[in-house]
Amino acid sequence: MALELKSAQFRREREGVWRELETMVARAERHGMGSLDGDSLARLPTLYRATLSGLSVARAISLDRNLLDYLEALCARAYLCVYGVRERPSALLAAFFAWRLPAAVRGAWRAIVLAFIVILAGVLAAWFLTASDPAYYDSFIAKNVQQGRSFDASTDALRASLGGGGKDVDELGAFAAYLFSHNAQIGILSFSLGFALGVPTLALIFTNGLMLGAFLALFASRGLLVELGGWLSIHGPTEFLALILSAAAGLKIAGAVLFAGREPRLVRLARDGRDAAVIMMGAVMLFLLAGLLEGLGRQLVVGMAARYLLGWSVFAAIVAYFCLAGRERRP
Amino acid sequence: MSDLALTIESADPRMRAVVTPEGVAVSVRLASVGERATALVLDLLILIVALIVVAIATAVAGGHVGRTAGILLMFVLRVFYFAGFELAWNGRTPGKRMASLRVINRRGGPLTPAAVIGRNLMREVELFLPLSLALAGDAAIAAGPWTWIATLTWVGVLAALPLFNRDRLRAGDMVAGTWVVVEPKPVLLPDLAAVRSAVYAATGPDYVFTAQQLVVYGVKELQVLEDVLRSSGQGTTALQGDVARRIVRKIGYVHPDGGGAFNERAFLEAFYAAQRRRLEAELAFGRRRRDKNDR
Repeated sequence: MALELKSAQFRREREGVWRELETMVARAERHGMGSLDGDSLARLPTLYRATLSGLSVARAISLDRNLLDYLEALCARAYLCVYGVRERPSALLAAFFAWRLPAAVRGAWRAIVLAFIVILAGVLAAWFLTASDPAYYDSFIAKNVQQGRSFDASTDALRASLGGGGKDVDELGAFAAYLFSHNAQIGILSFSLGFALGVPTLALIFTNGLMLGAFLALFASRGLLVELGGWLSIHGPTEFLALILSAAAGLKIAGAVLFAGREPRLVRLARDGRDAAVIMMGAVMLFLLAGLLEGLGRQLVVGMAARYLLGWSVFAAIVAYFCLAGRERRP
Repeated sequence: MSDLALTIESADPRMRAVVTPEGVAVSVRLASVGERATALVLDLLILIVALIVVAIATAVAGGHVGRTAGILLMFVLRVFYFAGFELAWNGRTPGKRMASLRVINRRGGPLTPAAVIGRNLMREVELFLPLSLALAGDAAIAAGPWTWIATLTWVGVLAALPLFNRDRLRAGDMVAGTWVVVEPKPVLLPDLAAVRSAVYAATGPDYVFTAQQLVVYGVKELQVLEDVLRSSGQGTTALQGDVARRIVRKIGYVHPDGGGAFNERAFLEAFYAAQRRRLEAELAFGRRRRDKNDR
């Protein structure tokens, strides 16, 4: 009877390792992994695996619940520490741009096409309706967005609104920042609304299409379509691409909920959700680019041809990047 | 799912098994809605204070550079406060840290940046939209009362999602494949069986049990006994005395000295050690007697 229990002996032999791991993990949690010296860092995985195997053994031989709970908690804690977000930020960024983003965008091509069609439908519907009856204009574009650009305005006033300059050059930075944060917010909203089965996402981008269509109809009625094209070209293609990508990311989430197929819905959602987040990050960057183009470029580049050239070549470069980059690397 | 994972989950409805890449199932406890709300409120307070500081600094600094920086900072704070901290601190924000919570990958791998960003961008529709709708001025309500009510209901349902599923997942957790768990706190107490073996080594066994007396109880009762022995504070002595008398009655224990030197605490420790030895020996032969009814 005086013999030591097997499980107690097991504990006595291993406890040193557990205590060492416990101290190390506590330190890493309080001060970050960087606070561990090279020696500890090298020992951490060994200690972690030894403790994990200790947990397996303890489950098989020990009925000491405190010991089991302790090992359970220690392993969970060490596991979170060892398998945290570990890659260096620079490596993450490189991988993101090299293949993760373009691959995710290519993987969502169906959603992108759908979002594009919905926006286009909005544009065409509003253009057709407004052209047939200008009274529709006010219902597509709110008064505060119009800023005098309405069917009541004279052609000259409309043409003047497409000019550059206007604003104090010093203010352009703040203007670009405002445009970026406002538009990116709309993009993020259309992404997150994807969770509500995508209907609000589609409604949101359709509304944006309506606004564009109504503008086109107004300026076309005065023969200013080419000028408006130049004014919009500089940032419009990039901005609408960003909006389409945001909506596509939201639709991908909606698709995972609606058409999970044979996988459990939550599994499918978790997988597609991460791709959607990657696309959304790309979209936020495009919104930033579009904000710069709109806030700075549109005020500084005034020539019609230069506007078309700048806007569409930026757009072409982005599309080429999404289509071609990172094809050889498979995630 | 392995048997072990099922065992872990059936014991406590909030326990979940995460299978590590080494193939060992480790159990974690899901955070309750209350704990998560605490963390969220703390984070929102910090965020609001930060936003106010930025706003004041922008106003004081003035000029176009100040305004540009202010607008960008506000945006970054609002969109990346949660994601930034969860990336930098391995699934924790200041609020979660104070509430000892942590975001983990449901499938057991590392927490990826895409998952962190995905779960936090969903806050736009789960948190900020309901907040701004709820706080919308009378003008917005008057402009379209039915739209306002319908939207508020819709996003309200989304925001309340964690209340309606077993895993307390919010939309962001579903999209990112994450759980929010309570930070496990490892506390290793002395081995109760070892306490008696030290006494035995000095004086020899004072409480001896027959084989028949050790087949009455199972693992569940053993671990309840462990709790009783580890409990402290008021009424502990009374509780232990009561439990000791019940065990004596149940197993028919007769003390050699006719009850003269019978110490309840010592009896319980000795019985615990003997019972655990017996059940662990059975365990080594692949037999686990769950409780007293398991034969």
